[in-house]
Amino acid sequence: MAEFAQETRAQLVRWLLHLKREPFNMAFNLVNPVILLIFMGGAFQGLAQDSLGGDYRTYLLPGILALTVFGNSMAGGIPLLFDRENGVLLRLMSAPISRASILVGRFLAVNINTMLQCLIILGLGFVFGIRIATGLGGVLALLLIGLLLGFGVTVISLILAFILENHGDFFAVLGISALPASFLSSAFVPLDSLPMWMRVIAWVNPMTYTIDAMRSLVLSGWNGPLLIEMAIALLVFDTAMFWFGGRVLRRHLA
Amino acid sequence: MPEIMIRAEKLRKKYGQIAALDGISLEVERGTIFGLLGPNGAGKTTAVKILTTLVRPDEGKVEVAGTDVVGDPVRARRLIGYVPQELTVDPYLTVREHLRYYADLYHLSPALKDSTIREVVALVALAGYEDRRVRHLSGGTKKKLDLACGLLHRPPVIILDEPSLGLDVQVRRDVWSYILRLKEQRTTVFLCTNYMDEAERLCDVVSIIDHGRIAVTGAPASLRSQLKGDVISLRIASSEDAQGGNLKTLEKSLSGLAIVQGTVRDGTELKIYVDSNEIALPQILQSTASLSIPIRSITYSRPGLDEVFLHYTGHPFAEEREKDG
Repeated sequence: MAEFAQETRAQLVRWLLHLKREPFNMAFNLVNPVILLIFMGGAFQGLAQDSLGGDYRTYLLPGILALTVFGNSMAGGIPLLFDRENGVLLRLMSAPISRASILVGRFLAVNINTMLQCLIILGLGFVFGIRIATGLGGVLALLLIGLLLGFGVTVISLILAFILENHGDFFAVLGISALPASFLSSAFVPLDSLPMWMRVIAWVNPMTYTIDAMRSLVLSGWNGPLLIEMAIALLVFDTAMFWFGGRVLRRHLA
Repeated sequence: MPEIMIRAEKLRKKYGQIAALDGISLEVERGTIFGLLGPNGAGKTTAVKILTTLVRPDEGKVEVAGTDVVGDPVRARRLIGYVPQELTVDPYLTVREHLRYYADLYHLSPALKDSTIREVVALVALAGYEDRRVRHLSGGTKKKLDLACGLLHRPPVIILDEPSLGLDVQVRRDVWSYILRLKEQRTTVFLCTNYMDEAERLCDVVSIIDHGRIAVTGAPASLRSQLKGDVISLRIASSEDAQGGNLKTLEKSLSGLAIVQGTVRDGTELKIYVDSNEIALPQILQSTASLSIPIRSITYSRPGLDEVFLHYTGHPFAEEREKDG
């Protein structure tokens, strides 16, 4: 156990050093959320005022937070794929380490990174006058909800890092996943304004539960039933991903 | 009784229809440098992957320092240091961060970590580079760091896959001197190479591997001395002549001589294997004169590992290298 802690900490430190020395990578994932917040928020402000009866940027913030979490978690496996491609992974596998330390170290680093990005988005929102109805407690809750979504998505990304052939394929998957994941949820518009077929997909999309719970914290206040619904949905999603990931990754890291 | 640190028995590994290893057996004594010498695609990397627990053999047994590699891979991993062929250093870390990373992966205690890192840094002459980012290091220095990462846990067995591939002459000599120093410390070194001079310079024992089989095993010097005869290397004046078929004509006419055992053509060079250079040289010169082929140089030597390879595998080493890339 002490050995596992030492290995995992070493992996985590490696990725945190990457984060420190490669801050541009973080900026890269933030580009789309920031553009959406500033420009889309501004562009649809007037239009949305009548139908939503409030500030559209504030309405949009939870969707953008969820998109930030999704994008960063989904990209989280890429460095492991690079390690796989250039022989580093084989070298690590020749060391007397638990294979899980490779996954756990990366998993922790991805989610720490995600939290930092969420804080940046929240800070930017504050600059644009967005105020969270539930105050600082709400900010903490937003981050926790973000983590609950991020956990499962990170596992998907770790799986992709081991089952895809090369990083080209990975970037293709990344490119086509973020927009549908957002549009097929309540990220930009209320769920009941979506056409029926989109609503059906949105119902099984964990992003929807994330965003609905976040939105109530941002716009109105603590909504118990909604938070419980979100917690159940995301825990089911995470558990399923951990179970599936364990099965697949055990085989690929044998 | 010498202590055997690596023992492989009848290893077989197939990838699809291709037998990467076709029943190889070998033994390496403690404190010696063993070389697996062969062209690319001969099965060297497969052998290394089996030794380092990364691949399971289809058949056969492997032991490292008495530990069954297939049966107890976790224990075996503690006993080996592995430095792969390609560079595996992380460009974003500094040299020290890198060494600490590997020190943790090999579970060095905090008390030992810094002193061990200092020792290894001294061994591969990385002093002064500790706080430099790997990204800014030269290729040779990166290789030294890569090597250092495999030595941190002081393993009794070091496995090096093509340790001097792509290095310039000076770094290559440096790496060789580190490997010899490891031997002085009674570490057992297993290395793969496709460089004859590397095998000759470093290895106590060499196994020549070809198409997944070991053709011959022995000390480089005794392998060479077992071969009778001489090698005559003849170079003709220009490459255009070679394309014009001059060399081919010459080869054909020389092959007819009773004293010539065989020939190998490589660019503008022709290697002629003969029983005795004293008798062969005049005859060869006569042939070139009668064909009026201008010669740039002609030398003769005792057989090298090239000739050992040819003798035991029946085909030249260089030809294979070109084919595989």
